[in-house]
Amino acid sequence: MEISVAAEQIGELFGVIPVTNSLVVTWIIMAVILILGLAIKFGLRIIPSSLQNFVESFYEMSYEFVEGVLGEHTRVVYPFAITFFFFIAFGNLAGLLPGMGSITIDVIKHGESEALPLFRALTADLNLTFALALIAIISNQYFSIKFIGLKKYLHKFINFSSPINFFVGILEIVSEFSKILSFSFRLFGNVFAGEVLLSVMYFLVPVFVPIPFVLMEIFVGLMQAFVFSLLFIVFIKVSIAEH
Amino acid sequence: MEPQAIAGLTIAIGGLGPAIAIGLIASKAMEAIGRNPEATSKIQTNMVLGLAFAEAIAIYSLVMALILKFV
Repeated sequence: MEISVAAEQIGELFGVIPVTNSLVVTWIIMAVILILGLAIKFGLRIIPSSLQNFVESFYEMSYEFVEGVLGEHTRVVYPFAITFFFFIAFGNLAGLLPGMGSITIDVIKHGESEALPLFRALTADLNLTFALALIAIISNQYFSIKFIGLKKYLHKFINFSSPINFFVGILEIVSEFSKILSFSFRLFGNVFAGEVLLSVMYFLVPVFVPIPFVLMEIFVGLMQAFVFSLLFIVFIKVSIAEH
Repeated sequence: MEPQAIAGLTIAIGGLGPAIAIGLIASKAMEAIGRNPEATSKIQTNMVLGLAFAEAIAIYSLVMALILKFV
């Protein structure tokens, strides 16, 4: 039973860029979400079909939820938050499908052929969660500058009115970096630990016993997507609050 | 000490603090819901927020234990 913390490289794109197995799954999920979005957009009718009904009610519910937290800036921030939610939810759920980790491909490595898994849950790769965390925090800074202006934003970090405020400003800078780490490790740790747990369960007793663990993994996957988006909008709300 | 024992101890000790923290957060949230059932959804949202922060610490120590065992 082989578990590796890092995603394994299975090929190269144009001979330069390494392609790992979680990157392959990322492309597939991106294509699925894109096709789903386009199908809903071009299928809009006055009398809605069932898929359009479902999407409309979900949109209304989540828009009101984000509006309850943010208020007037919801229009600009909502697409970001819901995209994070959908991407992470689809990725986590797709990692539980049969075929992840069991379909292998032969890779020539240092002269000998080795069978590596072709698919791997995309959020179980620290590169992807780190990239998502970077996008979240950088867009957080962009939204703060856009909503409260550059002067107030800099005043939050560099503040010479009193020694204590100066120290608090430095702490704020450090806390931005720690937010990146905490975002990425929370998502990575939850999904990767779930994968290890499922591997061990399948290895020990392949019949009936893994069922409650798979249910727990589905719940944890959706919960982590929700928590990621919720933390994203709450951090924006905190960073535009006046003292 | 053998490496297996160290990996086990990492997650055992590292999960103690967050477990107590999650218990405290949830119990205070339950108390608040009991006093004021109308504000349930607001309290629930903020409780989930607090739970995510507390659980993240346990996840850090879990990732550490996994790295110690598999790398």
